[in-house]
Amino acid sequence: MNLQDIYLISPELGIGVVAALVIIVDLLVSNKKVLPIVTLVGLLIPLFFVIQIDIDAGSKTGFSGTFQVDDFAIFFKYLILGSTAVVVLSSTEYAKKFEGHQGEYYALILFSATGMMLLASAMELITLYVALELTALPSAALAAFIRERKSAESGIKFLVLSAVSSAVLLYGMVLVYGLTGSTHLSEIGSSITAYGLETSPALLFGIVLITAGFGFKISAVPFQMWAPDVYEGAPTPVTGFLSVASKAAGFAVILRVFYTSFGLDDANIDWANMIAVLSAVSMSVGNLIAIRQNNIKRMLAYSTVAQAGYLMVGLAAITALPGGDDNAGPIGVLFYLAGYAMTNLAAFSVVIAVSNIKNNDSIESFSGLAKGYPLIAVAMTLAMISLIGIPPTVGFMAKIYLFSAAMDTGLEWLAIVGVINSVISAYYYLRVVKVMFLSDPEYKMEKSKTSYGVGAVSAAVIAMVGTFVFGIYPAPILRIAHTAVESLIG
Amino acid sequence: MILGEGTEGALITELVFWTIALSTVVSAIAVVQIRDLFRASLFLIVTLLGVAGLFILLRAEFLAGVQLMIYVGAISVLIIFAILMTRDLEDGSTAHNFRIPVALVALILMGVSIYAISNTEWNIIGTETLNTDQMNQAADVFSNGIPTLAKLLLRDFVLAFEVVSVLLLSAVLGSLALVRGR
Repeated sequence: MNLQDIYLISPELGIGVVAALVIIVDLLVSNKKVLPIVTLVGLLIPLFFVIQIDIDAGSKTGFSGTFQVDDFAIFFKYLILGSTAVVVLSSTEYAKKFEGHQGEYYALILFSATGMMLLASAMELITLYVALELTALPSAALAAFIRERKSAESGIKFLVLSAVSSAVLLYGMVLVYGLTGSTHLSEIGSSITAYGLETSPALLFGIVLITAGFGFKISAVPFQMWAPDVYEGAPTPVTGFLSVASKAAGFAVILRVFYTSFGLDDANIDWANMIAVLSAVSMSVGNLIAIRQNNIKRMLAYSTVAQAGYLMVGLAAITALPGGDDNAGPIGVLFYLAGYAMTNLAAFSVVIAVSNIKNNDSIESFSGLAKGYPLIAVAMTLAMISLIGIPPTVGFMAKIYLFSAAMDTGLEWLAIVGVINSVISAYYYLRVVKVMFLSDPEYKMEKSKTSYGVGAVSAAVIAMVGTFVFGIYPAPILRIAHTAVESLIG
Repeated sequence: MILGEGTEGALITELVFWTIALSTVVSAIAVVQIRDLFRASLFLIVTLLGVAGLFILLRAEFLAGVQLMIYVGAISVLIIFAILMTRDLEDGSTAHNFRIPVALVALILMGVSIYAISNTEWNIIGTETLNTDQMNQAADVFSNGIPTLAKLLLRDFVLAFEVVSVLLLSAVLGSLALVRGR
């Protein structure tokens, strides 16, 4: 370890220090309203370091090759920092439910974000696994943060299932290590290319296990069964955090491992069709079950499963037909993740705002929202439209990009399945919009007494503006995604 | 360097291995099958001891010691304390309707893994035999275990090593927040 290593890891160090700082401030200050402010201002420190490293440009490795900072990692660090900030902002008022544990709440969110940022840079299986645990363990504690039966159940479920998926992942890693003799992703990659996958069933089995372990983390079918219960029971900001930041980190690690180690772009094994089938099943299952949900968080949980399916379209689009761009698939994934983060955070911030006042997560509690609070009703509408993929939102641009990447790689059927699924999803997304604009309010809005919360509403507005602006002018994100993917694949 | 010690030694090693391996597996099955939580935790100790024995057979004496101290010593005591302090929890694995499908999935997984492992040539990919450099490295690991481990932990994998401490901190923080005030 030398100074260069410290410099490379400065964003993670920074965010960890902020987490510790929040706990100390929590001990010293009795007014807990300071905590989200400390957290938000503190997040500027890691942001500063990421920008600093970003300006320095170029890929750099440190810690004996276990840690790499390249444009790909930096893209995800920006994304994770941004989503963490919005989640913190949106939970300003909601955190009152945590009865004097607000300090721990913010600190755990920051620790989990630290793990995600490490995950984006990990170049070696052991580091990668430890980072993965650092993202999962605080999340499990956060899921159980409310003193309610459902929340406790959610925490236990998340803990047990993430332990099981980690066991599966570790077993896969052990097999891969045993056969390649290295835990470094690039060395595994060169061993596998030299040896070939077809001749070694154990290696293939190891890769399948690793894939299954990652599948749990991104809640793709058939590993999605934990998502609805966990998402419903967890505190709403935590649900938002899990569905956005965790998912982004999960896709970061999948892209990294598959491209550097398992030779996703190798023509020997038909990865494309395998992923395509999983993707189609994920979308369909998620959307069909989401239709029947009455609880908004449960509905959004199934929608997350479906969205994981759309994202996997980009993973399946590996080798382009002549004339196409090989990198279009992964670029689409990165762009979709960024757009999805804004959209979903807007939706969850609105859900938080509504539950701040009504303490209820059913879709009916949105009835007549447009009359009382047009601003957040508009934010929710835009989020829903973006999740369906209708212009002028970022969700539309992202889907166009992903589906055209699928067409370019000869997966027309997958693009068609995706479009059909988007139409199906319109049914339940638009139902929320209908309830907000056409139903009468369940009970009178008392503006003076209770409020939706400044933090939650401003988080919703920020995310909404992002959803709208990048839906019209997506070029900046696409450009960053482009350089990020180039640093990954070359 | 010869790692085995002739045929008689190999035979004894083989015998010891199968004894330890079998008792480990049997007690592991007992852990999940026995309804009484306390007895299950006692069988867990047998399993953990068996793993320590396997480590010794693999010449990882230091790991075996760690396994004994942390798992057999500390963790199992913690588990037993936890059982003693929770009153309403008597049954280990409660009955549920998923027994048959779960067993089926487990059997299929076991079949696949046995097939995969037995049909694979277990060479390190790329090299059919170890070269002298790798042999020296291996010899160093066996004769000089703890320093090698220290080098790995504190130099090559120092990042993971340090992140584990952050992980522990967050685990402590999370569990304190969940338990406090009840």
